[in-house]
Amino acid sequence: MIRPGSEAELAEAVRDATGPVSVRGGGTRGLLPEGTPLTTSGLSGIVLHDPAALTLVARAGTPVEEIDAALAKANQRLAFEPMDHRALLGTTGTPTIGGVIAANVSGPRRMQVGAARDHLLGMRFVDGQGVIVKNGGRVMKNVTGYDLARLLAGSRGALGVITEVALKVLPGTETAANLVIRGLDDAAAVRAMSDALGTPFEVSGAAHDPHATGGPRTELRIEGFGASVAYRCRALAERLKAHGPWETETDRDAVRAHWRGLRDVAPFHGQTGDIWRVSVRPSEAAAVVARADATQAFYDWGGGLVWLRTSEGHDLRAKLGRYDGHATLVRATPETHAARQTLQPEPPALQSLTRGLRAKFDPRGILAA
Amino acid sequence: MQMPSPDARVMAKKAQVVARLSKALGDRGVIHDPAETRAYECDALTAYRCPPLCVVLPTTTEEVSAALRICHEENVPVVPRGSGTSLAGGALPTADSVILGVSRMNRVLETDTADRIIRVQTGRTNLSVTGAVEELGFFYAPDPSSQLACAIAGNIAMNSGGAHCLKYGVTTNNLLGVTMVQMDGTVLEIGGAHMDAGGLDLLGVICGSEGQLGVVTEATLRILPKPEGALPVLMGYDSAEAAGACVADIIEAGVLPVAIEYMDRPCIRACEAFAHAGYPDCEALLIVEVEGSADEINHQLETILKIARDHDPVEIRAAQDADEAARIWLGRKSAFGAMGQINDYMCLDGTIPVSALPEVLKRIGELSDSYGLGVANVFHAGDGNMHPLILFDANKAGDLEKCEEMGADILRLCVEVGGCLTGEHGVGVEKRDLMTVQFEPQDLEAQMKVKDVFDPKWLLNPAKVFPLAASEGRRA
Repeated sequence: MIRPGSEAELAEAVRDATGPVSVRGGGTRGLLPEGTPLTTSGLSGIVLHDPAALTLVARAGTPVEEIDAALAKANQRLAFEPMDHRALLGTTGTPTIGGVIAANVSGPRRMQVGAARDHLLGMRFVDGQGVIVKNGGRVMKNVTGYDLARLLAGSRGALGVITEVALKVLPGTETAANLVIRGLDDAAAVRAMSDALGTPFEVSGAAHDPHATGGPRTELRIEGFGASVAYRCRALAERLKAHGPWETETDRDAVRAHWRGLRDVAPFHGQTGDIWRVSVRPSEAAAVVARADATQAFYDWGGGLVWLRTSEGHDLRAKLGRYDGHATLVRATPETHAARQTLQPEPPALQSLTRGLRAKFDPRGILAA
Repeated sequence: MQMPSPDARVMAKKAQVVARLSKALGDRGVIHDPAETRAYECDALTAYRCPPLCVVLPTTTEEVSAALRICHEENVPVVPRGSGTSLAGGALPTADSVILGVSRMNRVLETDTADRIIRVQTGRTNLSVTGAVEELGFFYAPDPSSQLACAIAGNIAMNSGGAHCLKYGVTTNNLLGVTMVQMDGTVLEIGGAHMDAGGLDLLGVICGSEGQLGVVTEATLRILPKPEGALPVLMGYDSAEAAGACVADIIEAGVLPVAIEYMDRPCIRACEAFAHAGYPDCEALLIVEVEGSADEINHQLETILKIARDHDPVEIRAAQDADEAARIWLGRKSAFGAMGQINDYMCLDGTIPVSALPEVLKRIGELSDSYGLGVANVFHAGDGNMHPLILFDANKAGDLEKCEEMGADILRLCVEVGGCLTGEHGVGVEKRDLMTVQFEPQDLEAQMKVKDVFDPKWLLNPAKVFPLAASEGRRA
């Protein structure tokens, strides 16, 4: 395992590499490409936290929990609430901020506040030739030059090794509550969630678990100052009464713990089979699930994200056919990953751009991804 | 400012290029009479002008593709143009270029409030996107000052912001998908009505690439439900430090206003004379806007006003009704027009960390003294995006050059304190040669590699973004 202690050492390691390098942060997302392991965990620490500017800069290997703790002291947070993959994938290790950005990992609040990439202000990375590059900066509005930081976010290390990220952070919330309705079928649940997200009441989570204990459970999270949360819960339940009776859950800590579970796809924990993550136009979600031939489904992002558990080796993409979205294989055996492909295959024109970019940023093909 | 000399081979075959384009788009779609192409010789950065070889105004993605394919085959540079409102010269032609304007492509293709999206042709203006969904209770969040005129195509090219991005983000945060035509005519579909990319986030790098990677003809945009209500509060202070500290304290208190706007004394006076908004005569004025139900607004205002009073304000005024709210915004929204009435000015667009505000204002004041040119400051304080307006006399020889030099010094100052050259206007030709202040050669090289992949001949929007010396070996 190569474990550089500085950005310069990392650049040197990549420059000196003669074969594929398999880059990882904390190694919590399971599938790692073949190659000499290289971890960014030696590049750790918060470089800057400017609460009044809502800005945090951290080295790539900084544990997410260290960032959460530092932000909490200033009553701030990473608003995109990145999921923790460990329980779902049965992995160990520590999630790092570099890993989160490299995979653009976003939790339930994604549909309200944006994805991880939407909170990215700037980045430093080392390309496949060992060249250190900076892009963006540490300020909230910045259109100086091409937005490579966003191109690298979600690139899973294919274009470079992220060494430092600058993020926009947001104020913490005083309290949280849940509106819950039982017994809706998938299509009705997505309609209810869409109606909720079309109101001005700032719903910050909208999930549907068809297999919840006690029957299908559809829920809406409301966060903010106490009086505002109470008001919005009332107003929202009234606005959505055509969908049925809504119950309010107001135990803040219980609501928060529950959504941490949903963030980490708790309904699938301890279950066998392949796991897929499908990004889909919400109004198509129920139909996509209906033809998926899956064992279990779970809806987040108001229907915009569907988690599917299938039998091993299931050819999900063949079942789904054409729709507005894409499917990623999140958990399976290496054989299934190879047979089904982890990422959604792209149309030829996009594929050629992806290949072209990889060839430019990593001409020797050192960065395994 | 230096532009590459026009390619004589292209100039010599104008008739042939016009004929091929006319055949593909029809005579109505091509403008080549020098008297008419003059209308396209500049954008809102009017100091620089150059009539193009000709202009094409396609009406469909297919026509855009056909026009680009022809130009690609003929090795003719193409300058994409939305509404021509760029303040950075993003749509400035070269003499050997074809202007490709999307103004005739302005249809709404689809509106879906359940999925909270609208799909439009990109010639549509920013404000008319909101106009198309307003009655349904929705709006499109990015709101650049030029929103009445500016096109979505240009918003995507420049990753435009606006006054309300503290809460709602800028264009890239509200863009879900595009139809884009590459220089060789290839039509790409990227993203859609779903969230996030399955592979590389190409949308992320296309947005803000200043029309150099492709021509975006259609866009899927995120629309948001309109808030129940919004109310601005006005605060006057006798020092930049007090106003800056007030902004910092509001943000640290955990309240996130939708907008925090800042104006300094010269700007306040000009706006007051122009719009009679009833602004106090003081050193620094803040307009803070919050949203929500009446009770929620009151609750947030309570917190904000308590902080505001702690900083010894000259005046505090919370709007009591829509009429007063409109009056508070009136002055700010007419700021550029008001300054234009009394002076020629150059509008800058750097961003700084909010904490550096008092120091930067002080040093801008020093630069103003040493250059002998006045400066009025108006900006989005919540996100540190500054718009210093340097006042000069366009009729006085040497004044424009002096003004540009001073502007460059201010932008260098923004970079020095940890900020950047441009927050929302883009690099264009205006800040092209300052890019080396912010970036090392390898940083620019990495950006240019992306251009190499999307536009290998470097024909799209030439001589923008990258210093000419840096791109010399690549340009056609």
